[in-house]
Amino acid sequence: MTAILEVKGLQTNYGDVNVLAGVDFTVQPGETYAMVGESGSGKTTVIRAIAGLAPAQAGSVKFDGKEIRGIGEAAMRPLRKDIAMMFQDPTGSLSPRLTIRNLITEPYKIQGMKDRDLDAEAKRLLEMVNLPSHFADRYPYQLSGGQARRVGVARALALEPKLILADEPTAGLDVSVQGELLNLLNALRERLGLSMVIITHNLNVVRHVADRMGILYLGRLVEEGTTEDIFKSPRHPYTNCLLSANPEPDPDARLERIALTGEPPSLLNRPSGCEFRERCPMASDICTNTPIWETAKGHGIRCLTPL
Amino acid sequence: MSDALLEIDNLCVDYETARGDLKALRDITFNINKGEIVGIVGESGCGKSTLISAILRLIAPNTRFRNGEIRFKGEDLLTASEEKIRSLRGSDISIVFQDPMQTHNPVISIGNQMVDIQHRSKAPKAEKRAYAAKMLAAVGIPDPDARLNQYPHEFSGGMRQRIAIAMALMSEPDLLIADEPTTALDATLEVQIIERLKNLQKDFGCSILFISHHLGVIAELCDRVVVMYAGAVVESGTVREVFHNPKHPYTKRLIECDPGHIKERARVLPTIPGEVPDLANLPSGCIFRDRCLQAMDRCTSVPPLTDITESQRAACWLNHMEAAE
Amino acid sequence: MTVAATNTPKSQSELGIILKGVCKDPLGLMGLIIVGTIVISALLATWIVPYDPIAMNIKDRMQGPSFAHLLGTDQLGRDTFSRVIMGGRVALKVALPAIFGAMAIGLTLGMIAGYGPKWLDNLLMLFFDTIRSFPTVMFALAVVALVGPSLQTVVIVVMATSIPTYGRVARTQTLTLRNSEFILAERSMGAKMSRILGVHMLPNIIGVLAVLAAMDIPGVIALEAGLSFLGLGVKPPTPSWGALLKDGYALIRQTPWLVIAGGLPIILATLGFTFLGESLRDVVDPKLRKNR
Repeated sequence: MTAILEVKGLQTNYGDVNVLAGVDFTVQPGETYAMVGESGSGKTTVIRAIAGLAPAQAGSVKFDGKEIRGIGEAAMRPLRKDIAMMFQDPTGSLSPRLTIRNLITEPYKIQGMKDRDLDAEAKRLLEMVNLPSHFADRYPYQLSGGQARRVGVARALALEPKLILADEPTAGLDVSVQGELLNLLNALRERLGLSMVIITHNLNVVRHVADRMGILYLGRLVEEGTTEDIFKSPRHPYTNCLLSANPEPDPDARLERIALTGEPPSLLNRPSGCEFRERCPMASDICTNTPIWETAKGHGIRCLTPL
Repeated sequence: MSDALLEIDNLCVDYETARGDLKALRDITFNINKGEIVGIVGESGCGKSTLISAILRLIAPNTRFRNGEIRFKGEDLLTASEEKIRSLRGSDISIVFQDPMQTHNPVISIGNQMVDIQHRSKAPKAEKRAYAAKMLAAVGIPDPDARLNQYPHEFSGGMRQRIAIAMALMSEPDLLIADEPTTALDATLEVQIIERLKNLQKDFGCSILFISHHLGVIAELCDRVVVMYAGAVVESGTVREVFHNPKHPYTKRLIECDPGHIKERARVLPTIPGEVPDLANLPSGCIFRDRCLQAMDRCTSVPPLTDITESQRAACWLNHMEAAE
Repeated sequence: MTVAATNTPKSQSELGIILKGVCKDPLGLMGLIIVGTIVISALLATWIVPYDPIAMNIKDRMQGPSFAHLLGTDQLGRDTFSRVIMGGRVALKVALPAIFGAMAIGLTLGMIAGYGPKWLDNLLMLFFDTIRSFPTVMFALAVVALVGPSLQTVVIVVMATSIPTYGRVARTQTLTLRNSEFILAERSMGAKMSRILGVHMLPNIIGVLAVLAAMDIPGVIALEAGLSFLGLGVKPPTPSWGALLKDGYALIRQTPWLVIAGGLPIILATLGFTFLGESLRDVVDPKLRKNR
């Protein structure tokens, strides 16, 4: 089976800043892959580079077996209906002067599908994301965050894409609404057989939607594996810190965590050797050497002193 | 209670809008004792921001105080003179805002900003600067003396938020209001900020009003918690009471919804279907009735906030039934 | 606030909302009334004027206001009221095409500069800066001196010198919008540049430019009056506010009415368009609107 998405050695530089220092991952058809990282880890750049919205100076991005890195907008356009994106800001990613009907039927217009009955499509899509059909006449600013997010989902699914690239799909949503959106994504994914890449810093979200996950630190994956494995037995100290930095809504669960000191170093001044070593509770002398990428049982880590 | 620092009694605040009065806060009652960390938790539209602006009286022109009192050390802030309020702001009551990227003036160095806010003190500039450096060290900024010369853009988001906390604490306030101070930060930094706040609270002995929508953070940091929904307090109590034995269906559902609570991969996550009611067009009865699974006939009248235990209070008729049985 | 937003009644037409918003603002309403009066009287000028504005009647020269001549007559016995009304038509004939032409061209070039490749942006900015370095009045004087005074000349000069103002504003707006998520979203769906600019950028930029245009119109009216005052605008028998002022200025010792009749409409038009423009600025943005 060909992977729906195969990314190898993806590198992005903005001027002198090396944002992505070689990212490799694969997404199988029907699989959901979560890319987890803190702000500045380059996670948003990863999906934008895949979609050709951010530069990618080196590496390879294969969609359904075809190379798509740097193929140019004209060659990319027909593929756009197979790769849909969702952006972080639920309301800000909707063109503010368009009605919801026009927004969710935009993909048909862009792809030149003039034979479609746009009103009927709008109705179908709104129904799919559980929004009442009279919402078609509203404007984005009249929607709550959760509703706007659903419109974003409807628009992404309009052309029945094969792959969805979602940037923080639950950002800006209240806890009570967050679940609704994840349930919706899970249901639609099953029904339509979608593959997804989800970018997030919220580990709680990952657990419920992702099959596999990768941890990104300074534009490099430091650990990768099945969601279950990583939550059960993280091997990279950074992953462990991330997992323990997740406050639970229980006052008695206080303080069972590994303290992570300091902040991520600047991309302009990458540390030598392991880039996490300055913050790592396990770091020792050998960590100044370049760490290797080690794979065991489909669980890869970039660490010389794994847990 | 004699050790109450801030007491809010039956506070009602409306916004006059073209669509009629928007009843942003209704009968808010709670207090903060000296040296206590009180959390306010609630989702968008619950009235958290209105509450903060009411306490500081930094209000929009269309705000109307309909009823109630906000007493700070016994004095009513709503009737106090403008001068009195100004002298409280930034000295007895300080605030840390949500977005650390926008709280500092981008063209003035951090050191000068920290000296400027000590304008009430008569101390010489060198002394003020030394105090600024001491405060930066207190919030864990390494090499504080050198960093005083730097400008806001030279600090990361997490550092800026810590600087904002340092600046808020410089006047040794009695009350620190923290408005979602960790929302814009990553989880690892969020934890660092919370730890820091906890320690600073011990050192400075101030009270903290901590506003957040993040249940985990509230549970971690606060002594007591006030749960707000659509402009009303639905429940309040110690964190243990509220998180372990919630007495209002909204609190219960909110805790269930928090994905941090669910350890196993769930096929279907719990949610609270429905929308927050329109505050300009308030439905009758209990504010949560439309979304409540346990709603009954009695909920057509507004349930009062009643004592469940000595410290826990909730506004739900279900508790009255239990008492009757 | 989401609570309020979700319960907003069904959307009305964009223009309806804007008009309603302007009418709610007292200054906006005043501006609308003044501008409306000027525009309607200019449109219906031929039917409104009681006398032929260029017909001389030496017998009745330099009279004060009376029922026969509402604003009196000038040194050649022409009815001043008729000349004011016709002068309004001339003023708008210059101002409207000049401003809307400049806006259309400036908008197109500005959006292309803001969204297109860097070299094109640099080229267009160089073009804008070159034109901007021409002082409008001097440029107008020079062109008029070369090709002779006429309405068209004034229109073209004003249009050409105003393009950079609109172009620069459109470019700045485009630059701030081009990295916003909704534009990225359109790109991610494969939208072409023409669609992104026309369907998604334009509606978000046009409001700002329309406000700017409304505020620029009085300047152009004043410029036309100024050129006519100097005898470089419209040719003599044609009535114009500036020409009225010029005649009145010469005769100010004999009768003050001509100066008042020429000056007042200019002041009123300036105020009217400015009020309308300022009110529009607050109303056009839907994000500002929802907080009202």
